[in-house]
Amino acid sequence: MTAWLCAIDHKRVGILYMLSALLFFLAGGMEAMVMRAQLAAPNLKLIAPEVYNQMFTMHGTTMIFLVAMPVLTGFGVYLTPLMIGANEMALPRLGALGFWLQLFGGVLLYISFASGSAPDAGWFSYAPLSEKPFSGGPGLDYWALALLLITGGSIGSAINLIVTIATERAPGMTMRLVPLFVWSTFITSVMIVFALPALAASLVMLLSDRLLHARFFDAAQGGSPLLWQHYFWIFGHPEVYIVVLPAFGMISEIIPVFSRKPIFGYSFMATSTVAIAFLSYGVWVHHMFAVALGRNFLAVFAAASMLIAVPTGMKIFSWIATMWGGAIRFTTAMLFAVAFLLEFTIGGLSGVAFATVPVDWQLTDTYFVVAHIHYVVFGGTVFALFAGAYYWFPKLSGRMLDESLGRWNFWLVVIGFNAAFFVQHFLGLLGMRRRVYTYPDLPWLGALNIISTVGAAILVFGIFIFLCNVGMSLLFGAKAAADPWNAWTLEWAAASPPRLENFQEAPTVRSRRPLWDLKHPDAPDWLPVRGDA
Amino acid sequence: MGSLLSPHSAQTHLIAEVFSLVLVIAGAIFLVVAVGVAYSSVRYRSRGVAATEPRQILGSRNLEILWTLAPLAIVTGLFVITVRAMILIDAPQQSAQPDLTITGHQWWWDARYPNGAVATGDIHIPAERRLLVRIESSDVIHDFWAPELARKMDAVPGRPSYIWLEADTPGTYSGACSEFCGAQHAWMRFRVIAQPEADFEAWLKRQTQSPPAPTGVAAEGARLFQAKKCADCHSSGGKGPDLAHLATRALLGGGISPNTPETLALWLTNPQAAKPGNRMPDTPLSASERDALLAYLETLR
Repeated sequence: MTAWLCAIDHKRVGILYMLSALLFFLAGGMEAMVMRAQLAAPNLKLIAPEVYNQMFTMHGTTMIFLVAMPVLTGFGVYLTPLMIGANEMALPRLGALGFWLQLFGGVLLYISFASGSAPDAGWFSYAPLSEKPFSGGPGLDYWALALLLITGGSIGSAINLIVTIATERAPGMTMRLVPLFVWSTFITSVMIVFALPALAASLVMLLSDRLLHARFFDAAQGGSPLLWQHYFWIFGHPEVYIVVLPAFGMISEIIPVFSRKPIFGYSFMATSTVAIAFLSYGVWVHHMFAVALGRNFLAVFAAASMLIAVPTGMKIFSWIATMWGGAIRFTTAMLFAVAFLLEFTIGGLSGVAFATVPVDWQLTDTYFVVAHIHYVVFGGTVFALFAGAYYWFPKLSGRMLDESLGRWNFWLVVIGFNAAFFVQHFLGLLGMRRRVYTYPDLPWLGALNIISTVGAAILVFGIFIFLCNVGMSLLFGAKAAADPWNAWTLEWAAASPPRLENFQEAPTVRSRRPLWDLKHPDAPDWLPVRGDA
Repeated sequence: MGSLLSPHSAQTHLIAEVFSLVLVIAGAIFLVVAVGVAYSSVRYRSRGVAATEPRQILGSRNLEILWTLAPLAIVTGLFVITVRAMILIDAPQQSAQPDLTITGHQWWWDARYPNGAVATGDIHIPAERRLLVRIESSDVIHDFWAPELARKMDAVPGRPSYIWLEADTPGTYSGACSEFCGAQHAWMRFRVIAQPEADFEAWLKRQTQSPPAPTGVAAEGARLFQAKKCADCHSSGGKGPDLAHLATRALLGGGISPNTPETLALWLTNPQAAKPGNRMPDTPLSASERDALLAYLETLR
């Protein structure tokens, strides 16, 4: 117990991140199910309007800040040293501090329920609704203070990852040779360092308004409600990529191994990640298209938002090209990775619809957006996380996850997810707004909402199967070898689970697939036969 | 709720066209991706343990350039279409005298006409005539959205904005607040009633006329309306909705209930039961006071 509380080893800190994310995932999932129950039929009165508003505020805040970011950081912290042939992070104590700030931020956020006033202004907490006159309870103070802690923790962990990747790579591993997951983690960490301070600044302004009678967002006193929106989305849109890019990185590790081919176009994949990160700082106003900000101003942000489709589309085609001509093994990890390609494409394409400003002028703040973000964050990030969980669980635990439970897990999640969220596109087109606690009994609304609720229940069952699989495999699962997937990156050269000291001696790296070189001394990657792509 | 797929104005027709185009393009791209994924999944599936590794291909510069340039061409076309549609839909901002000023409040809408008329909940417009509408908010950020008639527009406190509002045929069109604005965001609905020009002019004239002076119980109700301080909020420019012509309205409380004597009585005696979270304070009323007020409100035609 003490060993875990005082852990600074990257493997333990990484697992702590994952476990806390799992805990909050269950809380956020319960909040989602309360909402789906309330929306199962028109004009239901299961919960009060204020409670519904608390549910979606906590669901969004939890899933972004306490689930998506920590679990991806957890994978990053666990895998990065192993993948670059290092034994430890560069700044292990900073990494541990990052985790505990994150966890206590989450705990503080949830204590707000006990105060009788959980935050209820949405995960984006627009001013002036989030200001004292309209949200008098302490809920938003908890929200802002909790997010300040989480922001500090995230920046600490990000700095740790940047320094580790910059300085701890094995001899011979240049930045052109690091695995793409490490590339994604590196870029994501840089994005965290540049995006989260904008959030921290806006939270300090909000707290000043609420507690110190400042007037940052009060139009009547010379402040501006739009100031909040600009600050929040300068953070908020890079944030979307912060929770998506590491998932891209996982897919770029998993598809090659199960297709038995190297990633198609490594340089383009790495460059496109940088391009997405760069563009993501110039698109925030697409969350504000419904504000009258001036046509030319909006057009610039529309152009930047559309441009993001280019590097993203490139990645999708490169993943397909990696599968093309391979010898594909459909393990559960690969099933989730292939499903990711389709689900994420749907989310990406509906994103292009929102970059088309006149379409946004109709569809923003409807269920079409709810469908879009869930296809990106669930269909994208969570599907990749399932793939990553099945792929790396043997490394983390020394046990294999059960493949037949894995199939049940996969199909229930695919069916449940699409039933829950695909119909929400139609709800949005029919004019159903998001963040409403109920809706009138108009044609189709009831039918589509009950399908969505049943889908969500199936999804929950699929996730329950996953938890069972993890629990049972930890106890009874088949023992995992060091390299159960016949993979190529350095983490598979360490034992499963790795010893405290990952590698007895630092491995020497001459190509992007050091284990391939080891297994194929006759045709190693570093021989300049095939050339670089 | 109206749908953007049943447009009733030039701008919503245009948006529906742009949306259809985006849908076709997105559908085609999805098809390409799905076929690629399905083909390689079936064709290159390896059953059992493969004896040898497949040919190791690192990439193809030509293909990579192709699938960078093809999406670039598509989004460039889409951008041109987007800007063209924006130019056609945009109303002049910071413009002269608007034809109508619509204000969002927690949680209802009202519309003010140049002749001084005020409409709450039901916004009347002349059909087949484009109005320049000023959108305002009196408290938090709201968003005015009538999907069949016009783009949505945020109502930001201290920062009025303008849209064109138009209906190509007479009819009743529904709308709602589309920016989360607090407890009763769900019931911040409104209707736009588009009438033939002559009917609209007649309605507008009636709105500025006072109802006949109440008599009997209703006169007692009128006295209570002042004495119980109802009028402090429920008057033109007050904190609550203006109740002039209340009896002609079909819906109450941003659409949460129909306008019947029973629902109105609930608003008088227990406003929090009528619409949880709303800002109307409890006012203790005896049964006879309640009935007198109801009788008075019934005269507000």
